[in-house]
Amino acid sequence: MNDMKTGKPPRSRAAKWTRRGFIGAGAIAGGALVVGVAIRSGNPVGRLKPIVAGGEGEALVNSWVKIGADNLVTAIVPHCEMGQGANSTIAQMLADEMDVSWENIRVMDAPADGNYVSQHTVRTFIGPGTLPDKPNQVSFMEPTYDGLFTQLGKLGSAYITGGSSSVRTTGQYGMRIAGAAAREMLVAAAAAEWGVPEGEITTENTMLIHAASGKSEPYARFAAAAAEQDLPRAPRIKTVAEYKLMGTPAPRKDIPGKVDGTAIFGIDGGPEGQELKYAAVKAAPVVGSRIESMDASTAKTMPGVLQILNMGDFVAVVADSYWQAQQALGAIQTVYTKTEIDGLDSDQMFAGFSKALDAAGASGGSSKAEYGDAEGALSAAATKVEAEYKVPFLAHATMEPMNCTAWVRDGKCDIWTGSQVPLMARDGAVEGAGVSADDVTMHTVFLGGGFGRRLTAEYTNQAARIAKATGYPVRMIWSREEDTAQDFYRPADISRFSGGLDQAGKLLSWNNVHCTEDEPAEAALVEFYDIPNVAVRNVEVEMPVRLGAWRSVAHSQHGFFVESFIDELAHAAGKDPYEFRRTLLANSPRHLAVLDGAAKMAGWGSELPEGYGRGIALVRSFNSIVAEVAEVDMTGGKPRVVKMYCCVDAGFAMNPDGLTAQMESGIIYGLTAAMYDEITIKDGRVEQSNFHDYPMMRMDDAPEIAVQIINGAPDNLGGAGEPGLPPAAPAVANAIFAATGQRIRELPIAKHFA
Amino acid sequence: MVKLSINGRLEEVEVDPAMPILWVIRERFGMNGTKFGCGIAQCGACTVHLDGEPIRSCSTPISAAEGKSITTIEGIAAEDGTLSKVQQAWISEQVPQCGYCQSGQIMSATALLKRTPQPSDEQIDAAMKGNVCRCGMYGRIRKAIKVAAGTEESARQGAST
Repeated sequence: MNDMKTGKPPRSRAAKWTRRGFIGAGAIAGGALVVGVAIRSGNPVGRLKPIVAGGEGEALVNSWVKIGADNLVTAIVPHCEMGQGANSTIAQMLADEMDVSWENIRVMDAPADGNYVSQHTVRTFIGPGTLPDKPNQVSFMEPTYDGLFTQLGKLGSAYITGGSSSVRTTGQYGMRIAGAAAREMLVAAAAAEWGVPEGEITTENTMLIHAASGKSEPYARFAAAAAEQDLPRAPRIKTVAEYKLMGTPAPRKDIPGKVDGTAIFGIDGGPEGQELKYAAVKAAPVVGSRIESMDASTAKTMPGVLQILNMGDFVAVVADSYWQAQQALGAIQTVYTKTEIDGLDSDQMFAGFSKALDAAGASGGSSKAEYGDAEGALSAAATKVEAEYKVPFLAHATMEPMNCTAWVRDGKCDIWTGSQVPLMARDGAVEGAGVSADDVTMHTVFLGGGFGRRLTAEYTNQAARIAKATGYPVRMIWSREEDTAQDFYRPADISRFSGGLDQAGKLLSWNNVHCTEDEPAEAALVEFYDIPNVAVRNVEVEMPVRLGAWRSVAHSQHGFFVESFIDELAHAAGKDPYEFRRTLLANSPRHLAVLDGAAKMAGWGSELPEGYGRGIALVRSFNSIVAEVAEVDMTGGKPRVVKMYCCVDAGFAMNPDGLTAQMESGIIYGLTAAMYDEITIKDGRVEQSNFHDYPMMRMDDAPEIAVQIINGAPDNLGGAGEPGLPPAAPAVANAIFAATGQRIRELPIAKHFA
Repeated sequence: MVKLSINGRLEEVEVDPAMPILWVIRERFGMNGTKFGCGIAQCGACTVHLDGEPIRSCSTPISAAEGKSITTIEGIAAEDGTLSKVQQAWISEQVPQCGYCQSGQIMSATALLKRTPQPSDEQIDAAMKGNVCRCGMYGRIRKAIKVAAGTEESARQGAST
C-alpha cells in the first residue's frame, strides 16, 4: 500500500491514442480491466507506468500485473481494503490463473486514477444483468461496450468498493483474465527466445519450464519480453478442476501488518519527514444549518492552538496536538442558523411514514413487483395475516472515525485517507483545495472499517479546506461524537404486510408496502418463494436526514421484514417455520439446499433447554444465498444469542476462510444493530454520541458462530461482505418468538426488554 | 517534563501532564500502531500496558506514566523481530479484518495471558469485553487466545503469507 506514497499524479489527460491503442485503451481507460496490454508509447499504460512500476528492473506486463526483477508479482487492485479481504482474494485469483506461487504475490492498491475504474464493477451497478456468464467471454472484442461503461463509471467517479462486488466482478472478470493473459504472454516470450513451440512450455510456481530441454527460468527473466508480445485475444482460463489456489484458504496478505502495528490507516497517513498539525472539527448539527456566530475567545488562548477557522458549515481548531485542538473546540460557543427542520424528531418521521402507508392502502404507491392477483387472493383466503414492522435509522460506527490528512501547497494537494470511492474522495479535495484533479494526489491506505460509510467525500473536502487555510500539512480527525452525529444513516422504515393462506396452510397471497427506496431494487422481492399472487409496493416519504448505504443496504431492512412475516405466516398456518419455507422453495433448489444446510447444522427439531428458542431465516442478497439459524436463551428474561448457524452459497468460495470470516462479520454487525442500536433525531439533531449510547456487541455477548459453505454455482459468483447480515435479525426475532411467543416487530430488540 | 519508559526505552517528554498517553505515543513518539476509537475508554482500540497492566490510553493522562513503563503494540515482539505468541496466533487464526482494533485486542489478550496463562471462556469474556471489534471477529479472537495459551490447537496450516 505504501508503494503509493511516492506516487505522482499522471500528467496529461489528453494523450493521443493510436487506433490500436484505443482498442486496447477502450478498456484500459475504463480501468485497466483489459488485460495484457503491452507497454507502447502513446498507450496510457505507459503513462501509468511511472506510478505503478517504480522499482528497478520492473516491467508493467499489463495494467493489472507487475512482475518485479525479484520474481515477485504484484496484483494492482482497484479496490480498497476495509477488512473484507477481497484484495487478497482477487490476488489469489490472479496468482492461480498465472501460476504464481502465493509466496511470490504482493498486493497493491491501484492509484486513484480514472484509468483504474473497474468497468465490471460499474456494470454491476449501472447495468445489472450485462455481465457475461463466464469470465472468459469477456474479451477485447467489445471495446465500445466496455468503453461506454467506462465513461459512465468515470462520470460517477466509480472507482468503488461496495455492493459485495470486488471478487465477483474485478476478480472474476478482470484479474483472472489478467493472470491468464500475462501467463500466455510470458510463455510466448520464452518460446521465442528458447526457439521452442509455446505448447511445449509449462508454467508452475512463478517459473517457465521446457521439460524436453530441461530449461527452467523465473517469470522475471521474461517480463520485459512478455510486454512486447501480442495481446492474447481470449486467454484460456482454468476450469474448476484445474484450480490450485482458488478455493483454498490462502492466508491474507494484509494480516501480518495488522498484528504488529505497522499497517497504515488513514489516521496514520501523512507526508514523510514533515511535521503535522492537528485539526478537530464540529459541523453544524442540523442538516442545512450553518454557523451564525461563534465565540472562540477562550479557545484562542488555550495551549497549542494555532488557528480557529469558521468554515461556515463547520468549525475547525488547528493545534499542535489533536488533544489540544479537541479541548479548544469544546470551549467554543457556537450559534447555528435556524432551519425548517429544527423541530424535527424521529417519532414525527415515523408518523409521516404511517400516514403515507395509510394513504397507499391496499394497492397504492409504486409497484416494485406484481404477479397474480394479490388483493383478490387475499379476499378469498381462509386465513389472513397482517403485520407491521419498523426499523430505526442506524449509524455505521466504523472503528476508525472519519479522518483525512491534507497538505495544500504550490497549487497542489496531497491527501491521505481511507475511501471506498477514491476518485470521489479526490474530487472532494479538488473542490476544497481549489485545484484541478490532476493536482490532487490521493494516497490510498487501509480503511478502519467501511460498511458503506466511506462512500462520501465531505471529510476530504473539509480536510482540504483546512489545509488550504493553513498552508501546512494537517491531520483532521473527527471525534467519535462527531462521527456518530454526522454519519450518513441507514434509512428508517416501516413495512406493512398482508398475507393469505388457504385452508391447507398454503401461502396464496403476499401484499407488502414499505417506505424506503429499495437499493438494490430486488431487496423486498420474494420471487424465489413459490407464492402465486404477489404485490410489492413502496411509497415516498420525507426523510430530511443524511442517508447513506449501510452494510447490505435495503436488505438490512427487508431481510427482517420479509423473514419475520414468513415466520408469522408459518405459525398462522400451523406449520414449522423451516418446513413452511421448504414448501415455498420447490422451484429454488439452491435456496432449498442452503436452508436445509443451516437447519441440519443447527439440529433443527431437536430438543433445546427450557427457555431456549430457535429461529430460521433465509435471504438472497448480492447474488449469494444465506440461511441462518439463531439459538436464543431467554431464561434471563431477556434475549441472549447463544449460537448462530450459517449456511452460505456464494456460487464458489474463492477463499473459503475469507467467505467464512465475512459471514461471521456480517452476522455480528447485523446482530449488533438488531439487538441494541438506533439513531434517533430530536430537535433536528442526532441524539446518540458514542459507544455508551450506541452500543456494540462485545466478546461477552457475541454468539458462537458456525459457517458452512455450499459451492452451488461456480460460474455465478455471489458477494461476501454483506450477505451474512440480513438473515441475522429475523433469525433472532423468530427464535424469541419460538421461545416465548413474543413477536418482535420493531428493532432494536433491547427496546422490548428494557 | 514527564520521564517514562516506552517499549524499554527511557524517554523524557515536555507536554501538558493532562495530555492522554494515546496522543503522546502517536504524535510525540510517532508510533501509530495504537489507535484512537472513542476517546472515552469505551472501545479499547487505544489499549497499551502501563507497568504490564492494560489501560485505555485515550483516557489516561501522561502524568500517570511518570516513572513507569509503557508497552505498545510496537513493543511486544522479540528484539529480533520474532512475533509474540499472541501475534502469531492472530495470524494463524486469520483474526484481523479491517484491523483497526487489533492492536488494542492484542494488548488486552497479551495482558490476560500474562496474568492467566490458561484462561477460561469467562476469563476471556471479562478481559476482552472492553475491546470492540466492529468487524465482529470475536470468535477468532477467542480461538487465537486459546491457541496462544496452548489450550487449543490451530486448525489451520501455518502462518506463512
